[in-house]
Amino acid sequence: MGGPLMLFELDGIYYRYQRQTALTDLSLTIAEGTRVALLGANGSGKSTLLRILDGLYFPDSGSVRFRGRELTEQNFADDAFAHEFRRQVGLVFQNPDVQLFNPTVFDEVAFGPLQLRLPRSEVRDRVGEILDRLRITHLKDRIPHRLSGGEKKRVALASVLVLDPAVLLLDEPTSALDPRSQSQLIDLLVDWGGGAKSVITATHDLGDLEDIADRCFVLDGGQLVAEAPPADVLRDADLLRRTNLVHAHRHRHGGEFHSHPHVHGDEV
Amino acid sequence: MSGRPGRRFGSFLQHTIESLYDATSRVMYAESISRDTGLLQSLDPRVKLAGLLAWILAAALSAKLWVIAAILVLAVFLAGISRLPLALVAPVWVSALTFTGAIAVPAIFLTPGSSLYHVPIVDWNVTRQGLTTAAYLISRVETSATIVLLLVFTTPWTHVLKALRIFRVPIVLVVVLGMSFRYILLLLETASEMFESRQSRTVGKLSGDDQRRLAVSSVGVLITKAYQLSGEVFLAMHSRGFRGEVYVLHEFRMYRRDWTALALFGALAGGAAWAGH
Repeated sequence: MGGPLMLFELDGIYYRYQRQTALTDLSLTIAEGTRVALLGANGSGKSTLLRILDGLYFPDSGSVRFRGRELTEQNFADDAFAHEFRRQVGLVFQNPDVQLFNPTVFDEVAFGPLQLRLPRSEVRDRVGEILDRLRITHLKDRIPHRLSGGEKKRVALASVLVLDPAVLLLDEPTSALDPRSQSQLIDLLVDWGGGAKSVITATHDLGDLEDIADRCFVLDGGQLVAEAPPADVLRDADLLRRTNLVHAHRHRHGGEFHSHPHVHGDEV
Repeated sequence: MSGRPGRRFGSFLQHTIESLYDATSRVMYAESISRDTGLLQSLDPRVKLAGLLAWILAAALSAKLWVIAAILVLAVFLAGISRLPLALVAPVWVSALTFTGAIAVPAIFLTPGSSLYHVPIVDWNVTRQGLTTAAYLISRVETSATIVLLLVFTTPWTHVLKALRIFRVPIVLVVVLGMSFRYILLLLETASEMFESRQSRTVGKLSGDDQRRLAVSSVGVLITKAYQLSGEVFLAMHSRGFRGEVYVLHEFRMYRRDWTALALFGALAGGAAWAGH
């Protein structure tokens, strides 16, 4: 006793999609109130890991615990446990289209709180508040499918933030956003919950890493290859190159070509 | 989406997908109409579901054409006073007539009975009984389709689902209905983008064989995507606490007008069943 309270504890996780292994012998712990980045190139297993943390996938072997309670199909069959977990943990999917299935933006954002059986007046208040906060009140009567990519992303985010989850899981939250929207989103996430919430972000964008995370897990081919603070990860050029998070950028200076490691940002 | 200039000949599959997309988009548009103020829109969804289903049942059981026709006229009258645009309803009438007609037309010639007209070249007889059978089939389908439109176009989809649950329709059916509606549109968008992307990389006119081969391979890819997409949509609903039950912001409450409407629906359905017996 005496150490920080563990939010998630993963021990020896294996997960396969039919013939393809997504996660191999993955063990990690995430403490309450920390902001974590899951780094890795496409196909490294970040999205699968997020779904395991959200109790949507269950590992083929190994165990995953949330605040000491194991996440298993049997436990989720218990309404009280499932209800409490969904209230505490929210996941924003990478593709907002799969997350938007209601007739209007207002209904979409209200869907989660209604499922969690919050009083209707509270649902209305919460939806109005989050639409204002994300500056999308003008979209409330629009059909979600007819929105632009950036607007869809904001609505998808609002539909999860409205639950005010203690743990926010984000899958590539800034993909498909223009630079201004990216910056607004990062500001929102930095301020989210006054820093008291746990935010776990899967990304391969190193540009805002130090703003969104206190700690990084680097994944490669479904395995955990590094765990360090953002500054250390960003300094480790060899690690970034090995895990395809940077690439050699070749260009012409005067009459000669030269190359250097390149990321979307200026850390390396 | 449909009617874009420059569509290639023979792109039957693409044309079909675009038409389906348009039809689904019209239904999405119907969501906004269902929130308008009109007679049916103001009624409790449970009353509409029970009352309109009773009308469908009365039309299906009626053995007299004039009774079915009277129910259809009533349904059209209700559509009018509920401010449903004709442009939304007419395509459904045409589709129902086309599909039912394809089934009903052979009955005109194949049903034995007294001959009304002889078709000389093919040596077929149009029989009175055949015409009657076709008329019953078409009128019942048109009437039922119109009544279903009344329900779907004047009631938000989530309210229909909640009303179904109140009438003890199994959760699994309500979940499938709830997901499929949104998911079909997403799938059609994907299919349409696939064809656009292919068109942008195709030079000249493809032979019939090549077009068929491409169509078959596209269907294969779409089925795979459909499977993946349906899983993703379900996970996204599940992640936000969906367990099969439907909860909506609107609270269902029966007012005097709802009880009156329920009584009227019941009386008319009962009267039609008695007259059509």
